[in-house]
Amino acid sequence: MTVMGRYLLRRLLIAIPSLLGISVVLFTVLALAPGDPFGELATNPSIPPEVRMALREKFGIDDPVAIRYVRWITAMLQGDWGFSFASRINVDTLILQRLPATLFVIGSAQVLALMIAIPVGVYAATRPYSLFDQISSTLAFVGFSLPTFFTGLLLILIFSVQLDWLPFVYRADIDATGWRWYWEHFRQAVMPITVLGLFLGASMTRYVRSAVLDVIRLDYVTTARAKGLGERVVIVKHVVRNALIPVVTLVALQMPAIFGGAIVTEQIFRIPGIGSLLISAILANDTPVIMAVTFVFACLVVFFNLIADVLYGWLDPRITLA
Amino acid sequence: MVEPQRAARQFSPWLDAWRRFRRHRLAVASAVILVAMILSILFAPLLWKVAINDIDFTARMQTPSWQHPFGTDDLGQDLLARMLYGGRISLAVGLSAMVVALTVGTIIGAVAGMSRRWVGPALMWLTDLFLSLPALPLLLLVIYLFRDALKAAFGPEGGVFVMIVVVIGGLRWMPVARLVRAQFLSLREKEFVEAARALGASKVRQVVRHILPNALGPVIVAATIDVAAAIIAESTLSFLGLGFPPDIPTWGRILYDAKDYLDIAPHWALFPGAAIFLTVLSINFIGDGLRDALDPRRVM
Amino acid sequence: MAEPLLEIRGLKTHFATEDGIVQAVDGVDISIARGETLGVVGESGCGKTVTALSVLKLIAMPPGRIVAGQILYQGRDLAPLSTAEMDRIRAKDIAMVFQEPMTSLNPVYTIGEQIAEVLRRHEGLSRKAALERTIEMLRLVQIPNPDKRVHDYPHQFSGGMRQRVMIAMALSCSPKLLIADEPTTALDVTIQAQILELLQEMKSRFGMAIMLITHAMGVVAETAQRVVVMYAGKVIEEAPVEALFADPKHPYTQGLIRSIPRIDTAATRKARLEAIPGVVPSLLKPPPGCRFAARCKHAMPRCRDAVPPLLEVGGGHKVACVLYQPEMAA
Repeated sequence: MTVMGRYLLRRLLIAIPSLLGISVVLFTVLALAPGDPFGELATNPSIPPEVRMALREKFGIDDPVAIRYVRWITAMLQGDWGFSFASRINVDTLILQRLPATLFVIGSAQVLALMIAIPVGVYAATRPYSLFDQISSTLAFVGFSLPTFFTGLLLILIFSVQLDWLPFVYRADIDATGWRWYWEHFRQAVMPITVLGLFLGASMTRYVRSAVLDVIRLDYVTTARAKGLGERVVIVKHVVRNALIPVVTLVALQMPAIFGGAIVTEQIFRIPGIGSLLISAILANDTPVIMAVTFVFACLVVFFNLIADVLYGWLDPRITLA
Repeated sequence: MVEPQRAARQFSPWLDAWRRFRRHRLAVASAVILVAMILSILFAPLLWKVAINDIDFTARMQTPSWQHPFGTDDLGQDLLARMLYGGRISLAVGLSAMVVALTVGTIIGAVAGMSRRWVGPALMWLTDLFLSLPALPLLLLVIYLFRDALKAAFGPEGGVFVMIVVVIGGLRWMPVARLVRAQFLSLREKEFVEAARALGASKVRQVVRHILPNALGPVIVAATIDVAAAIIAESTLSFLGLGFPPDIPTWGRILYDAKDYLDIAPHWALFPGAAIFLTVLSINFIGDGLRDALDPRRVM
Repeated sequence: MAEPLLEIRGLKTHFATEDGIVQAVDGVDISIARGETLGVVGESGCGKTVTALSVLKLIAMPPGRIVAGQILYQGRDLAPLSTAEMDRIRAKDIAMVFQEPMTSLNPVYTIGEQIAEVLRRHEGLSRKAALERTIEMLRLVQIPNPDKRVHDYPHQFSGGMRQRVMIAMALSCSPKLLIADEPTTALDVTIQAQILELLQEMKSRFGMAIMLITHAMGVVAETAQRVVVMYAGKVIEEAPVEALFADPKHPYTQGLIRSIPRIDTAATRKARLEAIPGVVPSLLKPPPGCRFAARCKHAMPRCRDAVPPLLEVGGGHKVACVLYQPEMAA
């Protein structure tokens, strides 16, 4: 097996206990909850009796905790997530329907954030304490101090209410074809992606700046300059490449927080993703959906951490060869 | 003869830190603003005695005026009074959650930093695990599951308060634990601690009297950020309609009520939003100033 | 006399710090002839590294600044040049090897890539040609299996090996001057000898001049032809190497040479190791006169009046000390 393959396997083997650990925490929370979270089961007439029996058996309310956990986790991992009280379809179908919208918004926001943070952060770090640096630093602080729900409301106020340029209700089924379809999709996605992207970008800019500042004073940068390569090459080829390594770590570590922002954005802009699904499930006391969505979020975190590990291994040769 | 390098200047680490903090203009300005906000939140209600739930349908959704400096909402309730009340809650939640996070984090970090066997790595694995937990979803889950029980135990507001503070604090102890452990690891091998050990100081005494005071710097910075994060978390919950009971006008809750009336009463949303923003911004700047002042890279 | 390859005249490099302006290099004159090995010695903080970095303008220019002086390379003053213009000279005409091999190489690129990029940049070689030349250079500096190791990363090499790589990198474009800033200080003693030998070999092959900076007198005795002694930002003595060791004139140089532990005397006499009493003066507010006066056992009131100039006392031996400057009639 290649060196990279071995490294991947190692990270995968570490990811699994993480996932199990998270699932234990989730299940513990559920088990500690007073009352019967599945009380709806008994009283909700819209659940077919067979499903009700199956659910009771799956969650094994009367079995010892450990058994219940094992049963629950095997069901979760097999994709058997139960039946939604409120929507009357299988939870996994429901989640799979709505996951793409969430991933699209989060992914685009992350890309936007990187497109802002890397150039601005690098440039600010190469001219520390200059006017650009001071202004961009202050703007960055403003950016991550503005809560996403406030920025979202402000954008709606300006662009939808006052100017009427952009729609603020998201529709997954747009009645159009070809370019118009893309354009409409773009118009409705612009605001939520901007809100999330600017928020992420703000904190990332400061992080990039400090990562670059840390690298720029290292010995090998002086060596690179002494080789007469030209300042631009020194910065882009030697400095940024090394500074990206901690930035990748940050992107992965920020993942749990991004989901919080995604939930809020989906609520404000009525995006049919799993974030808004979580909220509506809570309001409807739809426990299986709540458990499943939380589990999916946890899986996504572990998954993105794995991606970050892979990127890290690709970027830093010292890791894979260790 | 060779002269000593330093003139007779007061040399104390805290004084040095204060001097460095003073140089960060935005931090100082923010400190002033924050103190002003806190003072008005605490004392203005003594002067502005309008009730928070004085319903007055004749004064619905009015823009700011002398009678109602922040305007009114859809029930004619005075927004200034409601904002002042909400401010108190934000403050209380922020500080309490920070205390919880600090306490838990310091204890875990200290134990992990002082242990020499498996306890340390085990606690760190636990810390990493908690860091991977998605914060808001978990928060929402806990609120969903425990809301009723806590309401029964502590009353509607008390119950939610306890729950929010415990959960928010319980999800923010990890960075503190990491910091504390790192400081402990580096400080416990230093000579002054060894000296204390040689003199027979017990482990607890070593920790409390010798190591902890020196580990304070980064922890103070982390604590400041924690307050801001707690305020945002509580506002987010209220904004989603899942925080305090509806009659408690926390800033997030006011926004929740105001969001459907953006076109006709924008002031209703702008005031609480701006208040949250300003508070968090000031705290962040102060945190930055503190970081410059207490930077562990300098001699402390 | 032939024009010197490099001539530094009255160089002053200052650093702006929180506490004031540090005059790290304060009026230094150094010249190096074609193909000559010049040793620059002095203790830590005397300004030798800053002088070397100033030649290639590698000083961080916000806190640092070349305040005065000329740096004449083949008659052309480098001091007013922009960074872009300096880039044409770096590595191609004047190259540098640094002190810390463990941190002087970029960890995320192979050593082959780091050498090849210099060749591609300055000699316009294609990727393939640059790779071949790189392997040749590695063979020259005695890296075993160069064709395989060219694709390895810095952390796969030991300290001594990395320093060889640095030397290969520096000499790849056949520069006329190699500045070696404490190239062996961070290495084991046995490896030190190997690296110095390597430098000598490279010199006989490429014929470049070497500016060897070190605080170890033994290194200088072995490899240099001429020596410059620096103290507190100034040059205080300059001489051909044999003359310096046979007849050191400046009290500081005498102290330096006497403080080298010697096996022969130690075996025959029980004596304390000689050290120079006192500490280096602050470069923030240097004393008005000779900077060594506070520690000098020959100090006179005249020493504190003005900085003694560097004057020749015969046979290319220069000294900046009032002991060798007869008092002028008032």
